[in-house]
Amino acid sequence: MAADIIFWILAAVCAGAAGAMILVKNPGHSALLLVFCFSALGGIFGLLEAPFAAAIQILVYAGAIMVLFIFVVMMVDPRAGIPLEGRKRAKILGPAIGLVLLFELGTAVWRAFGRTSGPAASGAAGSPVEVGRRLFTEFIYPFEITSLLILAALVGAVVLGKKEQSEP
Amino acid sequence: MTTGAVVGLSLVLFVLGVIAFFVKRDLLTQFMAVEIMLNAANLAFLGLAQGAERLDAQVIVFLVMTVAAAEAAVGLAIILLVFRRKKSIASKDFRTLRG
Repeated sequence: MAADIIFWILAAVCAGAAGAMILVKNPGHSALLLVFCFSALGGIFGLLEAPFAAAIQILVYAGAIMVLFIFVVMMVDPRAGIPLEGRKRAKILGPAIGLVLLFELGTAVWRAFGRTSGPAASGAAGSPVEVGRRLFTEFIYPFEITSLLILAALVGAVVLGKKEQSEP
Repeated sequence: MTTGAVVGLSLVLFVLGVIAFFVKRDLLTQFMAVEIMLNAANLAFLGLAQGAERLDAQVIVFLVMTVAAAEAAVGLAIILLVFRRKKSIASKDFRTLRG
């Protein structure tokens, strides 16, 4: 029961922060709201008995990725060339497309879970130990490929950041 | 806290990400909207896996997050590069590919 209350609070924080991120104008504020959203999502991951996913959600997303975003927000001038009042068409069309998508996916979710929404099964806790064992045995190839991808992204980011300065 | 509620929350988050992507008009916030959508997918993954009592979802979520981190690093580098060249991050300034 307590888990239910915590889940709904976290869900409200998460959806509220994501909604507020649409409404605020300043990209810096958007980034901070997103930190809120991702932290709450980390809590929900914890409730879903996925402590490892919760930990890396907080560390990687709310920590590393959002700090990277905030660095970039500081480096670029967020107001350069952005008209605060935009085209009317995008303002109306965006939420309209969103509502259509919400209706469509909502129907699908309702059909799938509306009637048989029993309480989520609890039991086999996904302990980090077991996740690590899986990662290094069953999923060793995806894991190694990911490390190659990270290396490529690292080199790519460095090259992209450097190129402009060597040009005149 | 049912599986349906968790999937419903991920649905709401995904739609909010889509709306943010369409409404916002600077590259940075649009990129953040993509991150919201990725997170919504992760949440759906974990919620459904918990209903089915599978552990593999956490491994997949880990892989998705590493890919997202790599994508964020390269994407932000590109945004910085584009800002240095055009002195703007408004997405309306980048329509060179439009016919």
